[in-house]
Amino acid sequence: MIFAAEVAQELSSGWFLENAWLIPVIPAVTFALILLVGKRLPLKGSELGVISMLASLAIAGGAAYQWIQRVSSAGEDGIVTPVVRTWAWWQSAGHTFTIGQSIDGLAIIVLVVVAFISTLVQIYSLEYLRGDRRYTHFFAALTLFSAGMLAMVIAEDMITLLLGWEIMGLCSFMLIGHWWEEETNSRAALKAFFTVRTADIGLLVGISMLYVSANEWTMKNLGVSGFSIRGISAWALSGEPNSTLILVIAIALFVAAIGKSGQFPLHTWLPDAMAGPTPVSSLLHSSTMVVAGVFLVARLYPVFFTGFDILGSGGNLITIIGGVTIIIAAALAFVQDDIKRVLAYSTVSQLGYMMMGLGAGAWMPSVFHIFTHAFFKACLFLCAGSIAHSASHHSFDMKKDMGGLRKFMPITFATWIISTLALSGVFPFSGFFSKDEIIDNVGYNGYGLFMIVGLVGAFMTAAYMTRATYLTFFGAPRGASAGQAPHGSHDAHDTHDTHDSRASRDTHGAPHESNLLITIPLMLLAALALGSGLLNAAPFGEKWMRISKWVEPHASAFAPKLYHAPFTWTKASISLAIVFAGIVISWFVSTALYTRKDRRLVGLTQRVPALRVGYNFLINKYYLDALYENVIVKAIVGPIAKGAYWFNQNILDGILHSVAGASRAVSGWVYRNIDQKLVDGAVNNSGKVARDAGGALQPVQSGKVSQYGALLFSAAAVAALVLVIANT
Amino acid sequence: MLVAQNIGFAIIATLMIVGALRVVTTSNVVHAALWLVVVLAGVAAQYLLLAAEFVAVTQVLVYIGAVMVLFLFGTMLTRSRIGRQDDLNNSYWKLGIPVALVVFAAMALALANSFGTEKMPNDAAVVSTQQVSDQIFGPYLLPFWALSFVLLAAVIGAIVLARKD
Amino acid sequence: MLVNQFLFLAAILFCIGVYGVVARKNAVLVLMSIELILNAVNLNLVAFSLRNGSVDGHTFALYVIAVAAAEVGVGLGLVLLVYRNRRSISLDDLSEMKG
Repeated sequence: MIFAAEVAQELSSGWFLENAWLIPVIPAVTFALILLVGKRLPLKGSELGVISMLASLAIAGGAAYQWIQRVSSAGEDGIVTPVVRTWAWWQSAGHTFTIGQSIDGLAIIVLVVVAFISTLVQIYSLEYLRGDRRYTHFFAALTLFSAGMLAMVIAEDMITLLLGWEIMGLCSFMLIGHWWEEETNSRAALKAFFTVRTADIGLLVGISMLYVSANEWTMKNLGVSGFSIRGISAWALSGEPNSTLILVIAIALFVAAIGKSGQFPLHTWLPDAMAGPTPVSSLLHSSTMVVAGVFLVARLYPVFFTGFDILGSGGNLITIIGGVTIIIAAALAFVQDDIKRVLAYSTVSQLGYMMMGLGAGAWMPSVFHIFTHAFFKACLFLCAGSIAHSASHHSFDMKKDMGGLRKFMPITFATWIISTLALSGVFPFSGFFSKDEIIDNVGYNGYGLFMIVGLVGAFMTAAYMTRATYLTFFGAPRGASAGQAPHGSHDAHDTHDTHDSRASRDTHGAPHESNLLITIPLMLLAALALGSGLLNAAPFGEKWMRISKWVEPHASAFAPKLYHAPFTWTKASISLAIVFAGIVISWFVSTALYTRKDRRLVGLTQRVPALRVGYNFLINKYYLDALYENVIVKAIVGPIAKGAYWFNQNILDGILHSVAGASRAVSGWVYRNIDQKLVDGAVNNSGKVARDAGGALQPVQSGKVSQYGALLFSAAAVAALVLVIANT
Repeated sequence: MLVAQNIGFAIIATLMIVGALRVVTTSNVVHAALWLVVVLAGVAAQYLLLAAEFVAVTQVLVYIGAVMVLFLFGTMLTRSRIGRQDDLNNSYWKLGIPVALVVFAAMALALANSFGTEKMPNDAAVVSTQQVSDQIFGPYLLPFWALSFVLLAAVIGAIVLARKD
Repeated sequence: MLVNQFLFLAAILFCIGVYGVVARKNAVLVLMSIELILNAVNLNLVAFSLRNGSVDGHTFALYVIAVAAAEVGVGLGLVLLVYRNRRSISLDDLSEMKG
């Protein structure tokens, strides 16, 4: 069948592709090494982390190169099979569990992104966290995180994917709570962990259901277990599964994606996760970890494609959630004073774009957006870190401690502007090529309403980023940027002042540009934010759509048939116009509000009741946090926990106690009646019988001669009688 | 002649049985001894009827003459009360009756079975002393010597036992 | 004369003697009962001797008489000794067995 045709072709492979499993293994081993010997090394283990990431990056790069060759060797319309290698680690009862790699285009692109940004962030952290109290552990956790994500990306089976997923969750917790001495940070770490963990129930349910339903089919047709991703993909597209079943599986898996990728309603942990160090925010919570949910959907796309009937309807769960996320996160970004929170909500919003795109059948644009978004969002975060490190005395509050920084930090300013333009989707920056493609294809595939949502989102993105840019780099310097002590509130700080060495403090003083270790990653990322779009430039024709050619799988038994909207400058102009409108309007409003303090605008939200209600609603994050913490968590902690405890003590333990009591009563009865009376009675009575028999026989030995004589004679007489009678 | 012997036998047998019964039932020790004399005498008479003269005479001499005297001395020396003594039967004397009866039943059965109504020979000559002594000093000499040792041992033993020291 | 009349007579005497051995408490009386038994045996022997026409029975009976005499002598000596030690010749009292 179709499977045979795949095997017939001989495709080029190579050492890097075959040994891509090394990519996560090297950082994993390094993690252990850092913990073991890191503290004794001259750079306190950070050199191990950087070297391991460079090694992974090198292998990933080599693998990417060899993959491109493989694609070429398949010819124009040939199907490019992934490079699969598996090792069995457990066999029981006819089930074999394997661990292995499955390298295809999607894996390659995400591998390269993760390896590259991990490397840059590690280099950045060398300067940013200099003198930190837990420097070695930071690098260990960061390396382990990279190992986990890379393992998840190359995973051939769901178990390895789950393993990587959970390792990422653990490292996220460790890294967000890196400065756990402040309660805000540890609470944020816990919130992130618990929210994602709650959503992971969906992942476990989904994996189990997939295995149970698909295993038989996959074993019969492909010879792989129900955990194999390729097997699951083929099964989903084969028409074999019941439509309700696969819908339920898709929903379960999507719930996990909602949690990990911060979609509504489980997005509340992402902004709080900004309590972690900026490199962590840049690596995990913008470009890599939060993308894991999107990656999951993209990887198991056939399941979602079939389950939600993606090309057959005008709206499904994924697009709805994605669309809602775009809008609400963008709205929230307008009312933040903390620059990292603006970026966090921006990340949530962009993830919403990716989800919406996947949900509407725009697989390639969403994957490409992962690629471009990683670069410009990571750059934006690192810029924020650079500002905190060198200008605002570790404060992230834009209104209180920033302003006019373009004069003091030119490189940071330039890279920020490039990344902002990329984020807003301005031609020719990379975001234009990815975000606009999403919006375009969403509309093309029949999801008209969501296309409009995407356009509104683009307007809002441009607007809030302009506001943030204005507050940070324009206007008059305020607070710490003006050389004063930081005015920002406590939780906007990277508060490592009191515990760390002097080395971390000597960057204070007047705002200045950051050191090379910080600026070089910024520049690299900005360059990519500028140019990476050209790798898949739809406007310039098919020949420019290289990444599509390398990554997007042709329709086969393993991948559904998808459609591409043809690019027209008309449609592009509409979105560009909307973006420009956003930038311009926001610029004017910002200037009026923040610099000139136009009295018509200042305090507007306080004076007009409707606006005040809306503002409060936004400030309180739609009261979702209040709902989660005060209602749901308190309900669980309070009555439900108490109820469960009561149930446990009285009913479960009660059953136990009564069973125990019953058996005690029974055993007591048995003891008294059977043991004491019957058994002991039998024993006692046998003794009594023996004694009585002895007692009965005792008179024979009376010592009375006459009696002996009597006995003798009578015995003799009886014997004689017997003999006589016998013989007559 | 036979008739006379039978009648004689009957009278003497009756006397003997009565005497024996009195020996074992009387409550006077001396009376018991005297009744025993009656029994022994009756036995001697029976010997005569059985043409055993020497044995009859020996019976009288030894038994009645010596043994009974011994008994009477024993009675005297052990301060048995002269006169009626009510506690001469032990506590389980009643056991003796069935025992005796069983023994008698056994023997009676055997005798009745074996001998039935066999008669004694009528014309048996009286056994002379010479015949007896021929037997004693002939085939049964060894037992005779043994017997003399027995008697010697008995004499010495009795003296040893009874002397006061 | 029937053979059995003598034998029966001897049997009766024997049984009466057995009864006496069993029933009497006084040691001397027991010895007397034993004499009854012995005499019954003697009577038996002599009766058979007549029946068989031999003298063996006589000899045996004489020997029994002699032994009986010796036995009574020793027996009474014992009784005297017991009397001296225990002040009683009641067989019931002479038993030291408990119960």
